[in-house]
Amino acid sequence: MKPDVSSSGPPLVELKGISKRYGELLANDGIDLTIAPGEIHALLGENGAGKSTLVKILYGVIEPTAGEILWEGRPVSIASPVEARALGIGMVFQHFSLFDELTVAENIAVALSDEWTLSTVRSRLGEISHAYGLALEPDRAVWTLSAGERQRIEIVRCLLQNPRLLILDEPTSVLTPQEAEHLFITLNKLSADGCSILYISHKLEEVRRLCRNATILRGGRVVATIDPRESSAREIAALMVGNEVGEVRTSARQGTKGEMLRVEHLSMAPGSLHGQALADINLVARAGEIVGIAGVAGNGQTELFAALSGERLSDQAGAVIISGKACGSAGVDDRRRLGAAFVPEERLGHAAAPTHRLSENTLISHATTEVSRTGFIVLSAAKRLARSIVKTFDVRTPETDPQARKLSGGNLQKFVIGREIIRKPKLLIVDQPTWGVDAGAARLIRQALVDLAGEGSAVVVISQDLDELFEVADRMAVIHHGRLSSLKPINEWTKEAIGLEMLGVAQTQGTVHAL
Amino acid sequence: MRFELTPRASVSPVVRALAPVAAFITAFLIAGLVIWLMGRSPVAAFQVYVSQPLSDPWALQELLVKATPLALIAIGLAYCFRANFWNIGAEGQYVVGAVLGSWLALKTHGTEAGFWVLPVMLLLGILGGALYGLIPAFLKTRFGVNEILTSLMLVYVAQLTLDYLVRGPWRDPKGFNFPQSVTFDPSATLPPVLEAGRVHYGAVFAAVAVLVTAVVLGRTLFGYRLRLTGDAPRAARFAGFSTKATTLAVFAISGGLAGLAGIAEVSGQIGQLQPSISPGYGFTAITVAFLGRLNPIGILVAALVVALTFIGGESAQIMLKLPLDLTQAFQGILLLCVLAADALVSYRVRLISRGVAK
Repeated sequence: MKPDVSSSGPPLVELKGISKRYGELLANDGIDLTIAPGEIHALLGENGAGKSTLVKILYGVIEPTAGEILWEGRPVSIASPVEARALGIGMVFQHFSLFDELTVAENIAVALSDEWTLSTVRSRLGEISHAYGLALEPDRAVWTLSAGERQRIEIVRCLLQNPRLLILDEPTSVLTPQEAEHLFITLNKLSADGCSILYISHKLEEVRRLCRNATILRGGRVVATIDPRESSAREIAALMVGNEVGEVRTSARQGTKGEMLRVEHLSMAPGSLHGQALADINLVARAGEIVGIAGVAGNGQTELFAALSGERLSDQAGAVIISGKACGSAGVDDRRRLGAAFVPEERLGHAAAPTHRLSENTLISHATTEVSRTGFIVLSAAKRLARSIVKTFDVRTPETDPQARKLSGGNLQKFVIGREIIRKPKLLIVDQPTWGVDAGAARLIRQALVDLAGEGSAVVVISQDLDELFEVADRMAVIHHGRLSSLKPINEWTKEAIGLEMLGVAQTQGTVHAL
Repeated sequence: MRFELTPRASVSPVVRALAPVAAFITAFLIAGLVIWLMGRSPVAAFQVYVSQPLSDPWALQELLVKATPLALIAIGLAYCFRANFWNIGAEGQYVVGAVLGSWLALKTHGTEAGFWVLPVMLLLGILGGALYGLIPAFLKTRFGVNEILTSLMLVYVAQLTLDYLVRGPWRDPKGFNFPQSVTFDPSATLPPVLEAGRVHYGAVFAAVAVLVTAVVLGRTLFGYRLRLTGDAPRAARFAGFSTKATTLAVFAISGGLAGLAGIAEVSGQIGQLQPSISPGYGFTAITVAFLGRLNPIGILVAALVVALTFIGGESAQIMLKLPLDLTQAFQGILLLCVLAADALVSYRVRLISRGVAK
């Protein structure tokens, strides 16, 4: 299928002994990496393994402390992204940098040099779209596009500069299964045309489908360079994590009886300009079960979370019923008093204040407990609570009671989830529990959620990670355009059916009362 | 070529504590240079500005008198600034507090009204300042109007209202047409702390405000709420703290303290209403609040330092013929130096020269 070009000529790019030091931390430690022309090379590793640092060095965003970059056998120094692009390196970031209000063509034109006029962009856009199956309407405003279409803009933007090497950072994290399929076809075509691709991912299945070579990073070092098709997913995961990946144990569930959460005909206008309105959402979560809510980002998950947590209030008190009490128009604290707990998607700035110490961050959801019952803060109690969360949930901290921002993503996530679970909530609602979290932390978090349900609490998990939902959820629904599909037992869902719901093409007529 | 600030990995507490000292020395050196360029002796200026006031008992009392309104207002502003709300209108709240409190003093003038007049005046002062502070807060929470603009513009409304009152309805009929009110009765005068001293009870209020605020900001959930609202507003909402209630509360508190400063100044220091009752305390207090790093004890120290520059500035004007503007310039230099010292303690400055691919 792909031309074998790896044997002839020098490799396109060769990294030799790349190291990057941040103070005490060695983010990259003597990394070697070779990419042949036309090769799709995977870069695998947990969060914090040093993937982003390495890629940023290659793209000229940061400067390495030591090491050498060879481009077609010639040593080069890449001091800025401009120079990287001049060499022929293009990069598609995980987080898009697009102007919502501008059209597709305008977004592409602003990123290119002055020689590109809107009309030349438009004509080249047509050619590239056609050649690589990247369908885009040049005059659509970006805010009307799906995540998959936005990613296509980023890719086309790179392709217009005829790159020799295209770097993609977690490209499928925002895509539906069908959109991801489409992307793989494009990438294979590009590779066949001789463009090398550095593919960063933690999704093993994709890497095994797409790549013949994979470099695995752990703790800033290369631990192995392998052919992913010849190793099992478990072996690769073990290399990434460093020890055998255990599976989440399902605890013996207590009888599922009490209804902890009932959402009835919940509708809400969008909270921001390009927010998603919620339309007639119905949902029930019972004691002892985990309810999963799947969906592609931006389909109303944030809004649903805000409506459930009470950060946004509904006009109808009966729209959200927690422990039998109508509280659709009651605030966060009232809902917490009913035994509910919440973990929002954003760790820094929403779940925790970055510059505040962990002990102070306990106040965010424990203000009415012994930490501050009288209105005065009991600092010793807050410190004790923070310590016990850190201990119970294996939060690795650089010092005792550090500022929240000093924790890695996975450790902070363990802390904010632990902060809620330690309250023994009867209902826990979590938005993207393991987003951007390393495999070890993700496993611990999922286990904690399963255990909580096992102890008789109701858990609602909003997640984009289907594998995660299949692992933990008992029942699941899909959110699309602010509407929730029917809630079905997890074994009645197939990935294909979910994909269709995510795209909004499944038949979901009539209001669905999933009981 | 460009500058880049990179955060330092760790900062020792000693360096952090010494930073303001270094900032003061730098500010004095810059000010000395300016004075030297103006053809005066920096050494003589230092004596007039710093040494003399600190060695003269009368000047020391004057120092406390000047520091009182600065500390009261700046303490109130600390509530706003910690929560990241920008009340720039303390000067106006100060004036309205003074006007509302004085209203009672003028109403009861020449009557046999008793001891209750003064406490009620003070309460009216607090109330006036708080209500005036709530105007920008309400406009912000209800209509999303930027509080910086509204609070600042309301300063001029307050000042012109005062001007109208003392030139019109409240003018002393026996005052030879001077724009000023009658002198307050003893029952409407804030007494000195010590017999025949200059320092009035406002200084005690300021000290109490400092202590109470130190406890509130450091030890209570309300204090944490302000910090959280300032540092991570979404987390504050997630914690169940209403942004609206916080906004109204901090503006009411800072307005109330500014109003108290206003009525204390008029009834304890000036003794009557006149067109100008403040040399810009409300604005200088913003500098004081930041010099004190929004920390109550820090603010107390900063208020004393800035009061010193006021007094020194007055004597420098008389003795060295240095313009009063120099005092304001020095206050600005001092603030910049302190802010720069704070930044340099937390960040390392790197000069980046744009390299070219070889």
